[in-house]
Amino acid sequence: MNTQKQLSDPALRTKALEALLIEKGLITSEAIDQVVAKYEQDIGPMRGAQVVAKAWTDSEYKKRLLKDGRAAVAELDFTDPHGAELAVVENTSQVHNMVVCTLCSCYPWAVLGLPPTWYKSFAYRARAVREPRGVLKEFGLEFPEDVEVRVWDSNSDIRYMVLPERPEGTESWDEERLAAVVTRDSMIGVAKPNVDG
Amino acid sequence: MNGIHDMGGMHGFGPIETEKNEPVFYEEWEGRVLAMYKETPVRMPGIGRARIESLDPAFYLASSYYEKWLHAEIRGLLEAGTFTWDEFEAKLALYQAHPEADLPAPNPAQVEESQTAFADSAASGEESADITKPAFSVGNRVRAKNIHPAGHTRLPGYVRGKVGEVAALYRPQLFQDAEPLSDHDGLQPVYAVRFDGREIWGPAAEPNSSVMLDMWESYLALERRI
Repeated sequence: MNTQKQLSDPALRTKALEALLIEKGLITSEAIDQVVAKYEQDIGPMRGAQVVAKAWTDSEYKKRLLKDGRAAVAELDFTDPHGAELAVVENTSQVHNMVVCTLCSCYPWAVLGLPPTWYKSFAYRARAVREPRGVLKEFGLEFPEDVEVRVWDSNSDIRYMVLPERPEGTESWDEERLAAVVTRDSMIGVAKPNVDG
Repeated sequence: MNGIHDMGGMHGFGPIETEKNEPVFYEEWEGRVLAMYKETPVRMPGIGRARIESLDPAFYLASSYYEKWLHAEIRGLLEAGTFTWDEFEAKLALYQAHPEADLPAPNPAQVEESQTAFADSAASGEESADITKPAFSVGNRVRAKNIHPAGHTRLPGYVRGKVGEVAALYRPQLFQDAEPLSDHDGLQPVYAVRFDGREIWGPAAEPNSSVMLDMWESYLALERRI
């Protein structure tokens, strides 16, 4: 399996750790493989996109989602591995929401999977709260001054997801087609849904 | 603690670099670090995040997300008594000398036993629902306390001493700071509090911006209008 001779320091430490945990009867490599595969293949922003598309097309679901995010996404069988609360915050013509975790990198795993590197970067963590408009501009988003830019700093055990505004011209679209335009970044709040492909 | 992890508002980190189609894990070991963290049936003492926050600041800045996680995980397992430092060093030395050496043979029966024992201990350790009535209501003006504890806290430095408005009441959460701030250290009411950008950043604030923070009740004091 491991034929490469040049393992980095963290790779060697990880291997030493895995060996010890196997010897202590705490894990098997097969179980670790399965968890890795789950995060690489099954848990990702396509989940959040389904949630958003459902909220756009089902106003009762949207109400439940905004009231209790964790319970509403559990209806679609999406649950957080740590049972974390999920708060879903809605973009409107008056308020644009974006999410950050300045103290570490808290992220709504249940609906978006693992965070992208930029979300964990020192630059994003440092700047999103102080100059959100500047940050959004780097992502290609600008808002007039009468739109409040509201930044959610995930400092407790609550996780946040943004419910983007439904794009104009999509009134006749079904859930599947809608979900396809809901990007990860639009649910973090640094982009709009991508209707142009 | 006033540590390097408390990054909100810092200058000097440059533009945000994004990558199209980035992999979930860049290297194989990263996924294994995450999976071992989730799968290992061991309760580490204290708060996991505090172990990352108390890493040496220079190491914190120079290491990747999963490197920090790996170091904190090893430290947590040492603190839990799962293995000793000598044992870890011996294993590390083995793989440094023979990177291609196989992992030990698994013992699925023993793993199952460990998992069962862990699940049982988790069930018995649940906190009682001892919770005070919320002291604040939506619309109240509240001031974040000006605290500088040496231990773990979830109150970011940039918001300490600032005045905001209660926007929502969440379900109660366990207070996680290392140092108590009230007589009630267990489950506390948690509020969404909105802070205007100008209140936090002064004249440097961008127009019409705000920061929402989750506030355990003991972080807050009612701000009376003069």
